[in-house]
Amino acid sequence: MTPEQAFAEAMKFENRPNPYPFFDELRKTPVARTAHGIYVVTGYKEIIALAHDPRVSSDLRNGSLLAMIRGGDSSGAPSDADSGMAEMLDKYGGDTMMILSDPPDHSRMRRQAMRHFGPPHCPDLIPSMEEYSVRIVNDLLDKLKGKHRFDVVDDYAYPLPVAVICKILGVPVEDEKQFHVWIAEFLGGMDLGPEAATEEGKRRQAKGRESRTELTKYLIGLIERAEKKGGEGMIAQLVHDTGPDGRMSSSEILQNCILLLVAGHDSTVNLLAHCVLTLLRNPGSIDKLRKRPELIPRAIEEVLRLESSVQFFPSRSALSDIEIAGTTIPSGAPIFLMYTAGNRDPAQFPDPNTFSLERDAKESLGWGAGVHTCFGGPLARLEVNVGLETFLRRVRNPRLVVDPPPYRPSQIFRGPLHCEIEIDGIEDRGAS
Amino acid sequence: MRIVIDLNKCLGYAQCVPLAPEVLKLSGEEAVMYDPNPDDTQRLRVLRAVASCPVQAILLDYRDDPGKTTKP
Amino acid sequence: MITRSLDAFKANGQIVIVGASLAGLRGAEALRDEGFGGRLTIIGDEPHAPYDRPPLSKQVLEGWVKADRTKLPHRREIDADWRLGVAATGLDRTKKLVRLGDGTEVPFDRLLITTGVRARQWPNPAEAGLEGVFTVRTCDDAARLQAALAARPRRVLIIGAGYIGSEMASVCRKLGLDVTVAERAAAPLAGALGNVIGAIAAEMQRDAGVDLRTGVSVSALEGDSRGHVCRAHLSDGTRLDVDLVLASLGSIRNVEWLDGARLAAGYWGLGCDAGCRVFDVHGVVTDDIFVAGDVARSPHVLFGYQFLSMEHWDNAVLGAAVAAHNMVCEELDRRAHLLVPTNWSGQFGVNIKSVGVPSFGDEIAFTQGAVTERRFAAAYGRNGRIVGAVTFNQGKWLQHYEALIMRSSPFPPPPAGFDVPADARSVPADFPPRGVGAPDVILTGHDPNERQAELVQPPR
Repeated sequence: MTPEQAFAEAMKFENRPNPYPFFDELRKTPVARTAHGIYVVTGYKEIIALAHDPRVSSDLRNGSLLAMIRGGDSSGAPSDADSGMAEMLDKYGGDTMMILSDPPDHSRMRRQAMRHFGPPHCPDLIPSMEEYSVRIVNDLLDKLKGKHRFDVVDDYAYPLPVAVICKILGVPVEDEKQFHVWIAEFLGGMDLGPEAATEEGKRRQAKGRESRTELTKYLIGLIERAEKKGGEGMIAQLVHDTGPDGRMSSSEILQNCILLLVAGHDSTVNLLAHCVLTLLRNPGSIDKLRKRPELIPRAIEEVLRLESSVQFFPSRSALSDIEIAGTTIPSGAPIFLMYTAGNRDPAQFPDPNTFSLERDAKESLGWGAGVHTCFGGPLARLEVNVGLETFLRRVRNPRLVVDPPPYRPSQIFRGPLHCEIEIDGIEDRGAS
Repeated sequence: MRIVIDLNKCLGYAQCVPLAPEVLKLSGEEAVMYDPNPDDTQRLRVLRAVASCPVQAILLDYRDDPGKTTKP
Repeated sequence: MITRSLDAFKANGQIVIVGASLAGLRGAEALRDEGFGGRLTIIGDEPHAPYDRPPLSKQVLEGWVKADRTKLPHRREIDADWRLGVAATGLDRTKKLVRLGDGTEVPFDRLLITTGVRARQWPNPAEAGLEGVFTVRTCDDAARLQAALAARPRRVLIIGAGYIGSEMASVCRKLGLDVTVAERAAAPLAGALGNVIGAIAAEMQRDAGVDLRTGVSVSALEGDSRGHVCRAHLSDGTRLDVDLVLASLGSIRNVEWLDGARLAAGYWGLGCDAGCRVFDVHGVVTDDIFVAGDVARSPHVLFGYQFLSMEHWDNAVLGAAVAAHNMVCEELDRRAHLLVPTNWSGQFGVNIKSVGVPSFGDEIAFTQGAVTERRFAAAYGRNGRIVGAVTFNQGKWLQHYEALIMRSSPFPPPPAGFDVPADARSVPADFPPRGVGAPDVILTGHDPNERQAELVQPPR
């Protein structure tokens, strides 16, 4: 199998539940040139090196990914899938979001956003979400009392982070019904696999574009309301920012609010769902964690190592020729850092496909690496810790109904669409 | 409990700080300060913080380290 | 040489570690990790179990953490005989035993020396003895100093603006105390990072309200009738009313207890090979004596095989692990201590991190960020190769530079693709001239075959 074929297989929808054999195949060439001149990086140490290399840009405007996808390159004509993605990436004209920018703009935006989210300026916000999260998950489980079957995704993993991010941003949680659909369709329309060229794929992309527009309009509405009326939450704080770096431009506020709303819950849903899925796949681990809840934090990191919520983010490109792993990535070439593949690199993680609570802690790539390391990581961890602790304490004898569960289409944001489980019941809240 | 942060390794990601705010503080943009001998009531929070470090720079006493006191 | 087999030594041998701080503790753990099952004795002159020192000059002085609450975590069970509160006073290499201050002797098959350094005191003993004159190295020092700072002195004088002095100045300002810093060199941190970076550190101090005076030394301290320090006389003739003086004059290596042992021990530290095996006075390697941590001085391949003393946390940890390994392995399994040193300092809200050996370089080039914002990276070069780097609040890029240093990559490094500083040319790093110690080893004997090295004790 050529690296190009292996990458195409890994991107295929049918392989979403288990793309790992194809990543193993790809890793034989840890930095591999694939279709459209994209360099796909699957070796752990190569990912680490490139994520910390100041010659690798995260700004789409620097790379030729867009041009390649739009105009095609000599290796083949552009597919419809590609043009859909180009539009998705191109859509945010004017200024851009943190994850798609380089220092110094990236560092400035990250400081401006962090100022209203975390330390040193705002050390109490994330910790204050613990109690709120505990209440939410307990309410969710109370509602499931008397049932013997539920969907871990829809009934548990999804509502928690959505409620939290709404509170943090100042987005009305009652609007969730609307934006839930928009976001699902928007992410579903970002397809880098062969299915994008099918009728169904084209329909999804069209739907994704519409939903993206709706979501943008919706957030612009919230921003404008905050401009006039102020209010609680990060949107209003960003709009009225008087910090040392000043206020972001309006389009930066818009772009970053889209980022915070979407990334602020989607990958957390995937992680919490994957936690339950992985524990149920590994007999004994649930009992062990119930007896020793102090193992939960490392169990979560181990799940994320095995099942990345964000498999990769297709934003990077080389700003000059970069020699690595016997290859020269030419200036301008797009680079995909495949965190999900690096996390199963046997050179870094012996016996990489095994879920192990005893694994010596190693630096995994589940939260990214370098200056773009997950902005909301501490919040996501808090939510998943609370979600998993409570699940383990209160859900009696959970069993998977289907394995593998159905997956969502996105290659970037990978997670189960549903994860049905059978249970013997829900315990009372108890005294914690 | 006893912890030590290998501040040579620490790169100031500050993923840990909000998970154990009584024990870890950020001084400026990326300098982490910590209470080396936190109270036992902070145990779960400290364990969350330890697990969160992208470069695994927070080291625990073996008697506090769940990874060292568990066997398969 | 151990006469018994290695297995027997590992099972029943006797190892003594002199020095019960970070390197001693990690060395003991590593010995047990390596399978050493014999008798292990750890000797420390302080009465305290091993504790972490970096917090002493920061969170302890700020009053957040108590000075006796920085105990180091143990990474595993050690099963050692701890002899704390009693100093080693001598080494008898013939009888293979360590003499202790309480008159007892501890025999060893192999010895690990991790005695570290101590703070250099203010040189005039009468003035150093005044109330209100401090140094900080131990947790007892930190406890006394913290109490004195909490009593809100009207003006603090810090003598010496290396890392510790600068961190203390930062703490003083955070506590709202008036502070003067007197530094003999042209800028703070000049010895470690050169005057180009030192000039930035100087601005940070002044912006934070520190009364920074460079190019001056303190010529005398004066006490009041109660024996409390009240005034300092500077070399430029000024007199300062002060009621707390902190001498941060660097460190002295704890090697005096080795007097007479004919090892390569002097003001420069205790010489050893890259496998942590100690040299004797002639520079010939010994078999059974090892050294790690601040007191060690070993050749480093990346820096022209020059002998380096690395008073860094990671040097203690890695050095102890390498020494422990080599103490209990066969010759062919020996490992080398190949640290790429890193250092860090939090001061004035800025995280200063370095990698490699900046002071080995003679040129510097700003590579990323903006100096005016105190967010930048800079690389140090020597003979066209990168040998070090420093970041101010840009630590997340440090491993890029570490990789360049490990590969001995060209200097200046390839330009970053973004956030390139306005002026990225390389310029002289401008390190102050190194002090050259008096030669304290001489050769005796006329015939080359009869020649012997003799240590000449420098004044202490």
